[in-house]
Amino acid sequence: MPPRVLILGIGNLLWADEGFGVRVAQALQRDYVFPENVTVMDGGTQGLALIPYVQESDVLIIADAVDFGLAPASLVEARDEDVPAYLHSGKTSLHQVSFQEVLALCKLMGQGPERLHLVGVQPVDMKDYGGSLTPAVKAQLEPAIARILAVCAELGLAGWRRPDGNCTADALDMTQYERQRPSAEEACRIGDARFLPGDLR
Amino acid sequence: MTAIQTPNGFTLNDAGKRIVVDPVTRIEGHMRCEVNVDDDNIIRNAVSSGTMWRGLEVILKGRDPRDAWAFTERICGVCTGTHALTSVRAVEDALGIAIPENANSIRNIMQLTLQAHDHLVHFYHLHALDWVDVVSALKADPKATSELAQRISPWPKSSPGYFHDIASRLKKFVESGQLGPFGNGYWGNPAYRLPPEANLMAVAHYLEALDFQKEIVKIHTVYGGKNPHPNWLVGGVPCAINVDGVGAVGAVNMERLNLVSSIIDQTIEFIEQVYLPDLQAIAGFYKDWLYGGGLSATNVLSYGDIPEKANDRSVNNLLLPHGAIINGNLKEVHEVDLKDPEQIQEFVTHSWYKYDDEGRGLHPFDGVTQPNFALGRNTKGTRTHIENLDESAKYSWIKAPRWRGHAMEVGPLARYIVGYAKGIPEIKEPVDKLLTDLGLPLTALFSTLGRTAARGLEAQYCAHLMRHFQDKLVSNIKAGDLATANTAKWEPDTWPKEAMGAGTTEAPRGALGHWIKIKDGKIDNYQCIVPTTWNGSPRDPKGNIGAFEASLMNTKVENPDQPLEILRTLHSFDPCLACSTHVMDKDGREVTRVKVR
Repeated sequence: MPPRVLILGIGNLLWADEGFGVRVAQALQRDYVFPENVTVMDGGTQGLALIPYVQESDVLIIADAVDFGLAPASLVEARDEDVPAYLHSGKTSLHQVSFQEVLALCKLMGQGPERLHLVGVQPVDMKDYGGSLTPAVKAQLEPAIARILAVCAELGLAGWRRPDGNCTADALDMTQYERQRPSAEEACRIGDARFLPGDLR
Repeated sequence: MTAIQTPNGFTLNDAGKRIVVDPVTRIEGHMRCEVNVDDDNIIRNAVSSGTMWRGLEVILKGRDPRDAWAFTERICGVCTGTHALTSVRAVEDALGIAIPENANSIRNIMQLTLQAHDHLVHFYHLHALDWVDVVSALKADPKATSELAQRISPWPKSSPGYFHDIASRLKKFVESGQLGPFGNGYWGNPAYRLPPEANLMAVAHYLEALDFQKEIVKIHTVYGGKNPHPNWLVGGVPCAINVDGVGAVGAVNMERLNLVSSIIDQTIEFIEQVYLPDLQAIAGFYKDWLYGGGLSATNVLSYGDIPEKANDRSVNNLLLPHGAIINGNLKEVHEVDLKDPEQIQEFVTHSWYKYDDEGRGLHPFDGVTQPNFALGRNTKGTRTHIENLDESAKYSWIKAPRWRGHAMEVGPLARYIVGYAKGIPEIKEPVDKLLTDLGLPLTALFSTLGRTAARGLEAQYCAHLMRHFQDKLVSNIKAGDLATANTAKWEPDTWPKEAMGAGTTEAPRGALGHWIKIKDGKIDNYQCIVPTTWNGSPRDPKGNIGAFEASLMNTKVENPDQPLEILRTLHSFDPCLACSTHVMDKDGREVTRVKVR
């Protein structure tokens, strides 16, 4: 039997580059068709609530913005035992329970993926609330998708592009989301000095 | 300072040693708490601060009101659906849209599913470790654990072999050194009182509850089209009903309805045979630890929810009770008017926001979210590294909502006190029975333990209400009514030029309200008051302290370096700060830091 694959995009799309994983998942759902034992999921910031899906996968492919101290917008890949360390990044994460904990709990339950694969991006900006991906990170969407498709192909579960681009009008669709954003004059964008870039303190 | 008497009845004294706990929550963190303890380690001053900026309102301005639910669904990692439901209700209220009965039943089932699921996860995964010592569980005898489990419940997973297996898995996990979710516990602290066997049983059920999630989430997939992040719709629900359909994509057919029905049965069974017996067994060991009542004995608020009939928000139509109780007078339950500018108001005297006149509160329709991060003169540390907050000045990113000037507690305990005061049998009888079984008076309800117990009883009530609405939905469908949405006012050209409305739900953690102003088809103003804003609020201009702060007062902390008692009480509110405040801490702070000064 072919393995059950879960492609999981995680992060919060309201926080600029923190939305990378979700944007990857949305693009895959919109533009690609996969064999039926491959699931593409927008996991958002759900922590413990993702356990049911993670525990029922054999191969887990995670797309996420992870801080691993590289040059901004670098793409990184990790496999198996190297993955959890990235998900523990002591830096900014809005995920309610760290995803590392989700994996640890699956292990304790004796269920969960045998293989892990992470496609991550080093964020440029995670503090622009209501903002979208920064241009450099947005430019990594296609390369990240290509990496995920390659992993699926290695497993013999290649996805293929939808012929007509099944684009639904979703309020959170990236183009809509960006176009409708209120201007900085209309909507205050500053917050706590502890979290602001130096020039705004 | 010398002792200060607050108008809501607490005596504050900051003379003693200061303890700082940051962050407090394991989920959606970003809450900080500072207390002063006296020479006997009793808390005499409490300060609760949201350390993230709140700004959902400002990102919705100018957007399509029909899309607001999708954004609000993303502000929290836990109660996604409840924000979405509150949002569509606010828009429907503004535009005068009535929804079909089937949509009401389906929304109720989804909301009740969230209540049951969230309460279960809260009890086992976010709160149990404040009462259950995981490391002590390793010392348990599997046979004695089995006897204990069989004594309190008919739940079949209770053999000595089963508990032996759990203990071995746990041992292996602990020995691997990667404690994961168990990494931050104060294991061995004298405030833990359960014998090893009760600890092992609780750990086993911790894992079973995680596993049970995979069933309960299917309900949201059936009715919301997908999960996580189910779909919602202004005017009804976005699922079509086709009872004769076979495997039709998207439509709800008989097979799907039967699936939901069987999951509801399993939910009731799990709550009644696992959750409630565990709750009662654990409570038995802590029944003299009745700290943490705070405002619950005096001021509680519930907007009410789960309308029996569609489009009727009148008090008697709501199955989760509506009302406010003040000054501890259970004989009088006040009605709450969401649109009366004199009733619900938010103050910012002690919050990092700016109003033109900060002595006054603003009703959410006139709400302003203008950040103003300024620290008081007695703050210790710097703007980017605060050691001690100065609570005499601004000290939180949470505003201070008040009902007719009163600080209020919201949440399951508030709902249960309102329901009890109204004498609603489905609420009053189980409360009386639990108190009698534990040999406790009614006043014991006003405590941390009471908050935790009310959540369990409410999970059971909600699971039975799921059954009620599922049966109602099926019989309505069988009678030929297939309507799930009203799209008559879908197009913005059918809307008035200006409109305003309010939507509420009872989220698992308490009263949730969204207020919307629509102008020329776009959102002109959007304000949310979330449960943790009520509970976690800072002081107001009159000096009333908020529910978290009140709940910590006069609690004895056994070991100030390990303030388990503070976490236990604050966790009992199921605090969720992501939606009440925003912006994360810059170094993530996975581990709760405690500083004693």
